[in-house]
Amino acid sequence: MIETQENEKLSIAFVGHVDHGKSTIIGRLLADTGALPMGKLEQIQAYCELNSMPFEYAFLIDALKDERRQNITIDSARVFFKSAKRHYIIIDAPGHIEFVKNMVTGAARAEAALLVIDAQEGIRENSRRHGNLLSMLGIRQMAVLVNKMDLVDFAQERFESICKEYGEFLAKVGLEPVSFIPVSARLGDNISQRSEKMAWYDGPTVLETLDGFEKEQPPSDRPFRLPIQDVYRFTSFGDSRRIIAGTVASGRAKVGDEVVFYPSGKRSTITAVEGFNHASRLEVLSGEAIGLTLDQQIYVRRGEMAARADETPPCVAKRLRVSLFWLGKEPMSMGKPYTIKLGTARMRFQVEQVLRVMDASRLEDESSKVQVSRYEMAECILNLDQPIAVDRADFLPGTSRFVVVDGYEIRGGGIVLEDLVDSEADLREGVRTRDAHWISSNLTIEERVERYNQRPCVVLITGQKEVGRKNMARTLEARLFQDGKYVYYLGMGSVVYGVDGDIHNHKEIENRHEHIRRMAEIANIFLDAGLILIITAVELTQADLRLFETVVEPERVQTIWVGEDISTDLRPDLRIEGHETAEEPAVLIKRMLQDHGFLFKP
Amino acid sequence: MNHLDELENISIHLLREAYASFKNLGMLWSMGKDSTVLLWLTRKAFFGHVPFPLIHIDTKFKIPEMIAYRDQLVQDWHLPMIVGINEAALTAKATYPDGNVDRLTCCKVLKTEALTNTINGKGIRYRYNHNTNEYERELNPEPFYGIIAGARADEEGSRSKERYFSPRDVRNEWDIGDQPPEFWNQFKTDFAPGTNVRIHPLLDWTELNIWEYIESEKIPTVSLYYNHGDGKRYRSLGCYPCTLPVDSEASTVSQIVEELRLGKFSKIAERSGRAQDAEDGGGLETLRREGYM
Repeated sequence: MIETQENEKLSIAFVGHVDHGKSTIIGRLLADTGALPMGKLEQIQAYCELNSMPFEYAFLIDALKDERRQNITIDSARVFFKSAKRHYIIIDAPGHIEFVKNMVTGAARAEAALLVIDAQEGIRENSRRHGNLLSMLGIRQMAVLVNKMDLVDFAQERFESICKEYGEFLAKVGLEPVSFIPVSARLGDNISQRSEKMAWYDGPTVLETLDGFEKEQPPSDRPFRLPIQDVYRFTSFGDSRRIIAGTVASGRAKVGDEVVFYPSGKRSTITAVEGFNHASRLEVLSGEAIGLTLDQQIYVRRGEMAARADETPPCVAKRLRVSLFWLGKEPMSMGKPYTIKLGTARMRFQVEQVLRVMDASRLEDESSKVQVSRYEMAECILNLDQPIAVDRADFLPGTSRFVVVDGYEIRGGGIVLEDLVDSEADLREGVRTRDAHWISSNLTIEERVERYNQRPCVVLITGQKEVGRKNMARTLEARLFQDGKYVYYLGMGSVVYGVDGDIHNHKEIENRHEHIRRMAEIANIFLDAGLILIITAVELTQADLRLFETVVEPERVQTIWVGEDISTDLRPDLRIEGHETAEEPAVLIKRMLQDHGFLFKP
Repeated sequence: MNHLDELENISIHLLREAYASFKNLGMLWSMGKDSTVLLWLTRKAFFGHVPFPLIHIDTKFKIPEMIAYRDQLVQDWHLPMIVGINEAALTAKATYPDGNVDRLTCCKVLKTEALTNTINGKGIRYRYNHNTNEYERELNPEPFYGIIAGARADEEGSRSKERYFSPRDVRNEWDIGDQPPEFWNQFKTDFAPGTNVRIHPLLDWTELNIWEYIESEKIPTVSLYYNHGDGKRYRSLGCYPCTLPVDSEASTVSQIVEELRLGKFSKIAERSGRAQDAEDGGGLETLRREGYM
């Protein structure tokens, strides 16, 4: 199909303080451009008469009964209309403080924004908060409408003083409006018709401003980023394709390009762009929801991000400096576990440090805080359990955006300003180099899984001394062996004097790291071979586990703590406190391996 | 990328997010143009496959052509199909066509209640068996946690306020005033046990977009949408006692597109042929808060 402006669609958010007249401006715009369905105006007028309330243009938008009753907008509504130039989706965002999350929802979807300020009331709290949020949400095209000019006798001085004050505020948050427009939505001045009462104003009308906004094209000229939504293998009707699916966040890639997946660092080459009822194609572009097949059957999963091997890679980081906006009633506090969702990645994290906090409506710093309260904007350092792939907001905004989930709810959102180093950063780099140089076999992991009837994994059995870890490991090994599994038990002691023979002082902390690193490298070989490896070690900590999981795929590691008390900070997958027979723990561990999909249920 | 590509990409992204986020996912298919476009987009998203069941709430008052069309596509496209029915209400004749309740109550009983009980697994459900080509009663119906539906924001007031991912509480009710935030392309995908979520991949589509897409993709639709010589066609499909055809000469998809773009329907609301809307203060809000689609 040929691109014409007739088919162009632009989404515009209307934001601003409550009662400053957003819905009225939109209602007026719809009525003036003849966008209302036949009978709608009459229907609302009749409803008002029936319920003895005066008619308002805003009622056309505020369709919900609660809203008509209270005369405010509760949720973001989408309204469709068409100018002579193109189609619009208008998102009417609520201005009431209680509904900031609905404003965010509305504005986050928009390509441009109109911010409304009441000429009589002037700049209010949400005028500033919304301006600030627009900037964080990444909206670059905006205009300011000074409404209700009829209430200030269409006075040029009033208009100009608001423009000056608010323009200075916007500059501080990095926004530059294309225009300031004096309007009266009630009387229709400067909405679609030029105002006769404000002859002193020679700028564009609201409608002209809308038509002047540019349709932003998806960022196809930036580095390629594909957050993986899923890897599909639908086997029905003889389909054997293994398709990497996702929506291209930026850039472009074509058949034959080498791609690298982050954070795992795995590589492969695109062999085809898959599709259904779609002409065959060789290239995918930013904004497209696509599927790719690769020449090597590498194991990648949802949450990883693909980039092109010949372009700037994303950052792989565990510690992130971010700017975020908090919506939760409960403040965001240090030491509490949260979940970050960025692209398709999901990861647990804690707030390591709150660098500065500001009320989003005032922009004044309140440093030295340890928590972020509702409707505050803050700069923080987040410490993630495992690294994820991200970009810095000033480099690629799309893959820098995240939300914070607490319990079941999204409580905040923000952008990554910077990736920070962490103690495993060097090791990760080493692992990436290892994987890049790995001599791969002709056998795939799927073939081994099918042959051995098991998925490879590492069972880490830990606990205090003398709790029977080794016997437990031997019993488990024997039991799985009896079941026909390919399994091997390797005690830490078996490595210390051989593989680790060159390490002399076992007590030193760096040496402990090196012991664990080497054990993990051995485990990595077992995993690649498709085997189940059982390892025993004394009192593993969360940091030990993190180190281990930097070297092998974290989801293949299963941890078991034996004994009544957990004497370290480890969060094991399974706890075995006491047992009557040697068989009992083995049965529990086997069941866990079945539940987690490493062993198949009979 | 034209406007239809843009809409298609967003919808496919949402379908894939839903599939990655929810166990026991199902998709409502009413055989109407919107949910049929949704079904088509699903096949695109999953490369020809439909990896979750389609759900039809059968009031037993649907226009017969709709049921014939449903079963034809189920066979042709190997669709996993579930049908939910409020058999108790039909047996008790507690319906508007039986003259025992008003239109809104009838909708509530045969659609909203049937849907709630189909989703929670407590109602009677039938599943299409592709070996026998028969619908068979499901013995242990499991609840659905995610329901994909074809609601569009331009249809009526309350739908314009929907989220892409919209939670329903334990009683399947919608709290319009307190919906989760959606930042960029991040949606609420974590849910407390017992709640379910509606996913709306078509929220940004207009009626015109739906027909333009049907035209460009050549999607098969029910013959009821077209004028067969009597100058009448259906613009919106539903139960025959409450859905009326409109006067129109359009007999092909491209004529419908023209009619919506410039002709007589460019200014008339789509649901103007639905009698139940008029009983609810000009909108569907009351019905929808209680779980109506």
